[in-house]
Amino acid sequence: MTAGATVGRRQARVPPWRDVRVLRVGGQVLAVAAVAAALAWLGGNLTSAMSERGLGFGFGFLDARAGFAIPDSPVPYEPNDTYLQAYLVGLLNTLFVGILGIVLATVLGVLVAIARLSGNWLLNRTTGAYIEVMRNTPLLVQLFFLYFAVLLQLPPVRQSIQLPGSVYLNQRGLFLPAPEPSGSFAPWLGLVAAALAVAVAGRFWSARRAEAGHASPRFGRIGLAVAVAVALLGWFVFGSAPLTFEAPELRRFNFVGGMTMSTSFTAILVGLVIYTAAFIGEVVRGGIQAVRRGQVEAAQALGLSEGDTLRLVVFPQAMRIIVPPLTSQYLNLVKNSSLAIAVGYPDLFKVGVTMSNQTGQPVPVVVLVMGTYLAISLLTSLLMNAYNRRIQVLER
Amino acid sequence: MTVEPGSLPPPTITLTPAEWARRNLFSSVISSAATGLVIGLLAWAVITVGGWAVREARWDVVLNNQRLFLIGQYPGNEAWRLWLNLAVLSALAGLSVPVYGGTIRTLTVSLSALQLILAVLLALSPLRGLIALGLLANAAGIWGAYALGGLRPMPRRWLTIAWLLTIPLTFVLVTGIGVGQLPDVRSNAWGGLLLTMLLAVVGIVLSFPLGVLLALGRRSSLPAVRLLSTVYIELIRGVPLVTILFMADIMLPLLLPGEVRIDRVLRAMGGITLFSAAYVAENVRGGLQAIPLGQYEAAQAIGLNPVQTNIFVVLPQALRSVIPANVGLFISLLKDTTLVTIVGLLELLGIGRAILAQPQSLGAHLEVYVFIAALFFVLCYAMSQASYRLERALGVGTR
Repeated sequence: MTAGATVGRRQARVPPWRDVRVLRVGGQVLAVAAVAAALAWLGGNLTSAMSERGLGFGFGFLDARAGFAIPDSPVPYEPNDTYLQAYLVGLLNTLFVGILGIVLATVLGVLVAIARLSGNWLLNRTTGAYIEVMRNTPLLVQLFFLYFAVLLQLPPVRQSIQLPGSVYLNQRGLFLPAPEPSGSFAPWLGLVAAALAVAVAGRFWSARRAEAGHASPRFGRIGLAVAVAVALLGWFVFGSAPLTFEAPELRRFNFVGGMTMSTSFTAILVGLVIYTAAFIGEVVRGGIQAVRRGQVEAAQALGLSEGDTLRLVVFPQAMRIIVPPLTSQYLNLVKNSSLAIAVGYPDLFKVGVTMSNQTGQPVPVVVLVMGTYLAISLLTSLLMNAYNRRIQVLER
Repeated sequence: MTVEPGSLPPPTITLTPAEWARRNLFSSVISSAATGLVIGLLAWAVITVGGWAVREARWDVVLNNQRLFLIGQYPGNEAWRLWLNLAVLSALAGLSVPVYGGTIRTLTVSLSALQLILAVLLALSPLRGLIALGLLANAAGIWGAYALGGLRPMPRRWLTIAWLLTIPLTFVLVTGIGVGQLPDVRSNAWGGLLLTMLLAVVGIVLSFPLGVLLALGRRSSLPAVRLLSTVYIELIRGVPLVTILFMADIMLPLLLPGEVRIDRVLRAMGGITLFSAAYVAENVRGGLQAIPLGQYEAAQAIGLNPVQTNIFVVLPQALRSVIPANVGLFISLLKDTTLVTIVGLLELLGIGRAILAQPQSLGAHLEVYVFIAALFFVLCYAMSQASYRLERALGVGTR
C-alpha cells in the first residue's frame, strides 16, 4: 500500500522536461513553429522581392488577351482569346496525351510482357534488350532522338511517304483520312446502340441464371456476335454509308482535309508510349510470374482450357499484384508528358511557360500549373485505388 | 519417402543445337513465325544501322567535341584537377573491392569498363589521344588499387573516413574554392558528363538526410509532424520534376533575401534535392515498415528513448535494407538530370544540343543522340545490375 502511494507521488513529480505528454505537445508546437517561421521568412522575402520587381500575386491576368498562337489545339482557339482559354487548351492537350498514352502503353506493355514470357528464345531476348535500352536511357534523350533525328528527317510535304489507305507521312506529321458522318449516321448509331444494349442485358441475364444454378446458354458471346452482325447489316441497309472517309489531299503548300497528327504530337505520344510500355511490360510480367505454378496446374487438372486458365485463374490473381505498380507507371506517364515542351507540343507546362514569359507573372502561373498537375495525379491515383479495392481478395 | 542408396541424380539433359533450336525457336507454328519475323527485323536493323554507323555516320562530330561532352566549358588548364579527383575516386574504389566485396566489385568493374569504352572511342580520334591515354591509365589504376588492396585489405573504418573525405576534396578540386593557389572555376563553366554526375551525386547525397527525416516524420506518432511530412511528400510526388526545376529557376531567387545570389546550377541542385527527398523518404519508409515491432519493444525494454531507438536500433537496419531501392533512385535521378536542359543548363544532353547548333555539326542529330544514349546506357545498366546483385546479397524480399 505504501509502495503504491510512493509510486503515485513519484509519477506526480515527473519534471515537465521528462513528461511524455508535455514532450509530445512541445515537439509538435516546435515543429509547426519552425515550419511556419521558415514559410513566413520565405514569404516575406517573396513579397518584398516581388514588389521590388513589380510582380503580382493575382490571377487577374487570366482574363487578358493571350496573344500567342497554339499550333495543336483540340478546340477552336485563336491568339485573341484569353489566357484562361489558352490554359484550358494546354490542360486538354495534357489530358489527351495522358489518356491516349495510358491506353496505348498498356496495350503495348501487355504485348511486351507476353513476348517476354514466351518460350521463344529469340523473341524473349529481343524484347529483353528493348526493355533494358528503354529503362536505362533518359526519356528526354529518347524524345530528342525521335523528334530531331527521326521524325524531322522524314521527307518534306511534296515527297510524302504514302502508306496504304490514303495515309501520308512527312516531316510535318501523319495525315489520315477523317471519318465524316452522313445523314444516315444517327439512325445507324441508334441501331448499333440498341443491339449492344440487348447483348449486354442478355449477358447479365444469363450470368444471373447461371449463378442461380440454371443451365443457360453462353449468351455473352452469341449476343456480341449478333450485335456486330446487326451493325454490319445496318451499314448497308440505310442505302448510303453512315460514315464516309475524307482523304487528305495535297494542295500547293500542305495537305488539306482529313485528320492530322502533327510531328510534335506524334513524337511525345510515341515517345511516352514506347518508354512506358517497357516499364509496364516488366510490371505485368512480374505479376503473372508471381502467380504460383500450382494454380495453373490445378486449373489444368480441372480441365480448363489454356485460354480459360489465363482468363479465370491467372489474370485475376496477377491483377492484384499488378495494379499498384501499374498506378505509379500511369502517374509517371502523365507527369512525363510535361516533357512535351522538348518537342514543341503545347501541353499544360509549355503553355504555362509561355504564359509566365508573356505576363511576367511567374508566381501565379507556377501555382496554377503545379496545382493542376497535382489535381490530375490525385485524380488518377484515386481512380486506380478505387479499382484496386474492387479487385482485391476479400479476406476475413 | 525412401531414397535408395544407389539412386542416381536427375539426368542433366544435353541438347544438340538442332534440338535446342526446335524447343526454343520452332516449338509451334506461331513460335516459328515469330522467330522468322524477329530474324528478319533484326537482319534489317543490323544492315541499316550497321551500314549507317560504318559508312555514313559523322562520328568526327562526337570525337572533335569530346572535351565538351566530358567536362563542358571547364577551363583546359584546370582539367588536371578533375583528373586528380577521378584518380582518387578510382583508387579508393579499387581499394574498397577486397573490403566490401560483391557489389562494389560490380560497380568498380563497370566503372573501369566505362572508362575503357570511352578510351577506345576517343583513341579513334586523331586529335586527342591524350584523354584516351588518361582514361586508360585511370582504369589501370583501378585494377592496380584492387590488386594492392587484395594483398593487404584496408581497415573498414579508414576506408569509410576516406570516402567521407572525398566529398570536401571533390568540392575543393571542382570549384577551386578554399585553396588560394587554385583559380576558382565558376559553376557556369561546368558542363557535360561532369555536370550530369555532379547534379545526380549532389542530389542524392543532400536529399538523403532530408528524406530520412521526412520518412521518420511520416511514421511519427505526433499528428502535426506526420501531417507536415505527408503533405510535403505527396505534394512533391504529385508534380513533374520539370515544374519543380522551373519553379526553382524562377522562384528560388525571389524566395531568398535579395543579397543572396545563387546561380543556375545551384538552383537546379536545389530543385533536384527537394524533389528526390520525397522519393528517398518513401523508400526509407518502406525500410522502416519492414522493421519488426519487437525491435522497438526491445529497445524500449533496455531503456532507450525514441531518439536513441531510431539512431541505434531502427535506422541501421532500415537503411541497409533500402540500399538497392536507393541505387534504383540514383539511376532514375541520373537519367532525370537531363531535364535541366529545359531550364538551359549544359549537362550531357544540353551540351549535345549546343554542339548540334555549331555550323560544322549541323544535322548530326543521330550521331550526337546515339552517343549520349550509349553513355547513359552503360552507366545506368551497370548500376542496375549492381543493384540487382546487391538486392540478392542482402536478401531483400526473401527474408
